[in-house]
Amino acid sequence: MLLSEANPAAGLFVLVPWIVFAPVIGLLINAFAGKRLGERGVGWVASLASGAAFLVSALQFYALTLHPEGAQVKIAEWIRIGQLSLDWTFRVDSLSVTMMLVVSGVGTLIHIYAIGYMHEDVRFKHDPARFPRFFVFLNLFIAAMMILVSADNYLMLFVGWEGVGLCSFLLIGFWYDLDTLGRSSWANSNAAKKAFITNRVGDFGFLIAGFLIFWYMGSFAFSEVFAAAPEVAKTHPWVITAITVFMLVGVAGKSAQIPLYVWLPDAMAGPTPVSALIHAATMVTAGVYLVTRSFPLFGLTHDGQYIVATVGAVTALFAATIAVGQYDIKKVLAYSTISQLGFMVAAVGMGAYVAGMFHLVTHAFFKALLFLSAGSVILGLERGHHHGHHAPSSPVLPPQGAGNSLSHGEIDRVKEEVFDPGDIRNMGGLRARMPVTFWVYLIGALALAGIFPLAGFWSKDEILLDAFLHYPHVYWLLTLAAFLTAFYMGRQVWMVFFGKARHEAAEHAQESPSVITIPLIILAALSAFGGFINLPFKGFHQFGYWLEHTLGAIEFPPFNFMVAGVSTVLALGAIALSWFLYQRKPLEHGQTDPLAKPLGLVFVGMEQKWFIDEAYQFLFVQPYRALASWLAQKVDWDFWHEWFHDSVLVKGFVTLARLLADPVDLGFIDRVSYWLSDAIRASAETLRKLQNGFVRSYALSVVLGVAAILGYLLLK
Amino acid sequence: MIPLSWYLYLSAALFAIGLYGVLARKNAIAILLGIELMLNAANINLVAFWRYTDPAQMAGQVFAIIVFAVAAAEVAVGLSLVISIYRARKTVIADELDLMKW
Amino acid sequence: MTITDFSVILPVTLLTAWASILLLAELFLPRAQRPFLALLAALGLALTLGISLAQSAQEFAPGFGGMVVRDGFSNFLNVLFLLTGLFGVALSYRYNQRAQIERGEYYPLLLFSVAGMMLMGQAADLIVVFLALELLSFPLYILSAFAYPRPQSEEAGLKYFLLGAFASGFVVYGIALTFGASGSTDLARIVASVAAGSANLPLLTAGAGLLLVGFGFKVAAVPFHMWTPDVYQGAPTSVTAFMAAGAKTAGFAALLRVFGAAFPALAADLSPLMAILAAVTMLFGNLIAVAQTDMKRMLAYSSIAQAGYLLMAFAPFEIEAARTMAVAGALFYLLAYTLASFGSWGVVIALEKDLDRHLSIGDFAGLARRSPWLAAAMTVFMLSLTGLPPTLGLVGKIYLFRAVIEGGMVWLAVIGALTSVVSAFYYLRIVVNMFMREGEPAVEREWWLEFAIGAAAVVTVVVSLWPFPLFEWAEWAVMKLF
Repeated sequence: MLLSEANPAAGLFVLVPWIVFAPVIGLLINAFAGKRLGERGVGWVASLASGAAFLVSALQFYALTLHPEGAQVKIAEWIRIGQLSLDWTFRVDSLSVTMMLVVSGVGTLIHIYAIGYMHEDVRFKHDPARFPRFFVFLNLFIAAMMILVSADNYLMLFVGWEGVGLCSFLLIGFWYDLDTLGRSSWANSNAAKKAFITNRVGDFGFLIAGFLIFWYMGSFAFSEVFAAAPEVAKTHPWVITAITVFMLVGVAGKSAQIPLYVWLPDAMAGPTPVSALIHAATMVTAGVYLVTRSFPLFGLTHDGQYIVATVGAVTALFAATIAVGQYDIKKVLAYSTISQLGFMVAAVGMGAYVAGMFHLVTHAFFKALLFLSAGSVILGLERGHHHGHHAPSSPVLPPQGAGNSLSHGEIDRVKEEVFDPGDIRNMGGLRARMPVTFWVYLIGALALAGIFPLAGFWSKDEILLDAFLHYPHVYWLLTLAAFLTAFYMGRQVWMVFFGKARHEAAEHAQESPSVITIPLIILAALSAFGGFINLPFKGFHQFGYWLEHTLGAIEFPPFNFMVAGVSTVLALGAIALSWFLYQRKPLEHGQTDPLAKPLGLVFVGMEQKWFIDEAYQFLFVQPYRALASWLAQKVDWDFWHEWFHDSVLVKGFVTLARLLADPVDLGFIDRVSYWLSDAIRASAETLRKLQNGFVRSYALSVVLGVAAILGYLLLK
Repeated sequence: MIPLSWYLYLSAALFAIGLYGVLARKNAIAILLGIELMLNAANINLVAFWRYTDPAQMAGQVFAIIVFAVAAAEVAVGLSLVISIYRARKTVIADELDLMKW
Repeated sequence: MTITDFSVILPVTLLTAWASILLLAELFLPRAQRPFLALLAALGLALTLGISLAQSAQEFAPGFGGMVVRDGFSNFLNVLFLLTGLFGVALSYRYNQRAQIERGEYYPLLLFSVAGMMLMGQAADLIVVFLALELLSFPLYILSAFAYPRPQSEEAGLKYFLLGAFASGFVVYGIALTFGASGSTDLARIVASVAAGSANLPLLTAGAGLLLVGFGFKVAAVPFHMWTPDVYQGAPTSVTAFMAAGAKTAGFAALLRVFGAAFPALAADLSPLMAILAAVTMLFGNLIAVAQTDMKRMLAYSSIAQAGYLLMAFAPFEIEAARTMAVAGALFYLLAYTLASFGSWGVVIALEKDLDRHLSIGDFAGLARRSPWLAAAMTVFMLSLTGLPPTLGLVGKIYLFRAVIEGGMVWLAVIGALTSVVSAFYYLRIVVNMFMREGEPAVEREWWLEFAIGAAAVVTVVVSLWPFPLFEWAEWAVMKLF
């Protein structure tokens, strides 16, 4: 620890473990007393715990402004085996504090939002008892994420990495036995499993990277690994590349990059605050953070950087194309998230760490905002749906007149018409009925589209500028992705908020309460002005200067009007195009997407996510299932059980046992041991007769002993 | 002056006689007497060694006196044991005391 | 004579004085108050134990012109002997009432004997060795015959006395020869005279041999063991328990002290002899124990066999490097043996209802059902004596066997291992009887006795799980011995 006694601000560093302790305390209170606290109590405990973590993070920020060199705060010894020596140490530097602030800040807002959201959600699904559990998981997530971002070594980071994966699994499957409408269904738990298993593939890559690091650098601690890396790069150049590529596998899992992104769209099955917090703002950026944290390793391998940047850029474009063809408001945002994560990964892959982290921060603001607003829209529609049907007891039942007398065909038809509150084809014209939601959504959408001067403009422009200067192919891919981004956001805004209602639920939609809208407004402000922390003009790179303390000297390319101009023009063009397609003649109920006809099969591809899930099903899942059932039936049952165990082992053992028992044991061993014990007994019986009870015999024995001893000693 | 070895021969002979007494006599008191002879043989040795090696050293003499005392105590304990057995069994023959054997 | 002189023998003096006062107090106590004597005796032992422990931190100190000494070795043994005394009192208290041998001189005699043992541990001169030997033996002769007019007890006393006196005759003669050979009875001066070349080596060797006979008698090594079964069987069981642990430990204290400190020059001659003695003792003791049905006789042969294992510690005496570890191992094993021996004799006392009919091995049948804790404790002691885990007996045997192998006498280790297997036969037979046979044993419930048995069992198991501090203490105790 670099604490100086002289400056009291430095003493703030020792508070850093509380970023983990606070949420842990919160979750323990809610886990054990949640039932008694009531919904309001649970919500406030959880929010205060998260808020306390934010406060501690802010204090770290303050301390860091006075002591930019940061600190390592060790709280416990962890592992001591051979040369492996690991501590539970928190690392305070500008990079980790940035992540702490984002996680706890956005996290706290989402906690507050979730009080209102979950209040309605648990009632909509008729299981209010599940309310405290949600906040326990949410606090657990904050704790795990804080461990991840404040770790001082790769293994501790991995603990957080797995911890957030677990929370993601728990929260995606929060309604593990119900679907969006509260009907019995295992879809959500399947989505949770898909997320977890896909992430395991990525974690495997991370683990291999970790093993390589330990094998060649002899340590897990960041400082020691980075100090040893240049030497290893000289002697085994391929090792660094291998480490970065395996790390990329981990990043692809956690940050949803090609080819492991498939879990993220399904993860939208979780409640909307979860989508906002975990699957948009924080957890999915862990991969970006990992690459940034490992910048000394990536800096040593051009191949690794190239691969990472390309994967990110391809993902950005690929996901953007899918987003264009989606109808679910959260699915669009999910693919958008994958796409934006692609931007960040491409940025950190190119070595533009400041740009990547900058986009990470701004994206956390506007994507959280978009998800929460989408949640607000969904809630509004649910309320409208409720209002329209007057069927409070069971939203499961189909609309009027549906009774037991329905034939199968009718039930199927009714099921098809079951209302989906997330489908943008059911919306329209919400601008008037949900004005606050509309405005904040609009700000978020424009920020995402990269419209000047909102946050997304500055951060995205910086990435594009870096790509333009160093990696032209990345630049073109990202520019195209940016165009599509503006287009699908325009499409969404037009379809959701403009035109006229395409469903009665949308007609009766109501604005959300203030516990929901206030966090939205705060996030909207951050999305609007967040970009000013790092303006691309000399002397205004505040965020860059801040990260320089961790990342070393950074070169800031001058603002390029060509790049900024092209992206702005493209974004505006895309919005105009979307207006032309979706607003000039608003969509009617049941009408197909106007893009479907001109694009033909391409649109089908977009709509069906390029059949990647089906391809994975065909390529991996089905062969795997076939292999598993073949192994179970042929190898395990027929071979091991039937043949090896029953025939070979059992029969052989019985035969051998019989052989050993009769001739060997009874015939030989028993006879020998009986003979031996008989002999011992017989000799004992003989010897004991020496003890004849006469003192004089005993004395004689002593004398014989004396004679023997003296004889031995003197004659030897 | 009589050489040291003569004392040693005397002592050894006395020890052997005592030993023989212990082994050959059946009477418990006689056995006890044999033991006393052995102790006194040792005493002769001690005194002789003291006289012929280093008369300034008291150890030999002191030890001889201690052996006297111990022998006296031994006789006291021994005779009382013999008497108590005689009271119960009317015998002092060691060979008849074989209640416990094997 | 100085204060230091007295501080060196303070525990022995205190205990002797206490015993004398106890002897007087008995005269003034009414018959009904007799049990009070046991408490007083225990108090005296505890007090002395406290002083010994307090002194254990102090440095090596000779006293009375080098006649006695206080060092780590004597401190370790003082603690062991005083615990032996306390165990002895605990086992005697109710048993003597039952056996109607609650006579006033019992506890003073016990205390005198303990004082003799302690003096043995502190002796640095052969004169004191002899004195201590007699001081510890005479009370035992009397105590063996303490159950008069029971003929077996009287016979045990006389046999023990006659053979003990006979053996001490050899000791005195041996001391005389040693004195003649080296011109001194002081252990340090004997070493010095050998080193100076002024000693008569054949005479010294003969003296050492005769001393070995005397001590071998005390520890019941074959062929000087013949008294053991008869005396153990005939003496009151409470006395036997005390004797089995205390007298054997004292004998080994003398062996270790005298042969370690006075005759290192003869190690080349003595250690093979000791090895042969150990082998013969292990073979004889274990073999004959197999044929025994009387519990007390069986335990007597077992104690002979245990002496054989302890004698193995002398096998590496020629090798300087291994010697310290060997003696420390012996001290450790003595402690383990003391606990297991006392414990098993305690169980015998708890079961010995009819004092004239001797307990046989078959009487243990069904004990596990009748009194599971007692059976469990007995199992622990049997395992410890056999040398099986999880007991101190195993740890001690490991140390001893290691010493033997370091001494290069693999054959001795093989005999030790084989005879251990034989010993398992008769030790585990008791366990089998307790747990697998039906029977209705009568068990006496006595608080002091149960406490002593329980404490011995718990220590035997618990310390065996982490025995290193104890072994370090034993190692530290022998540091200054050589």
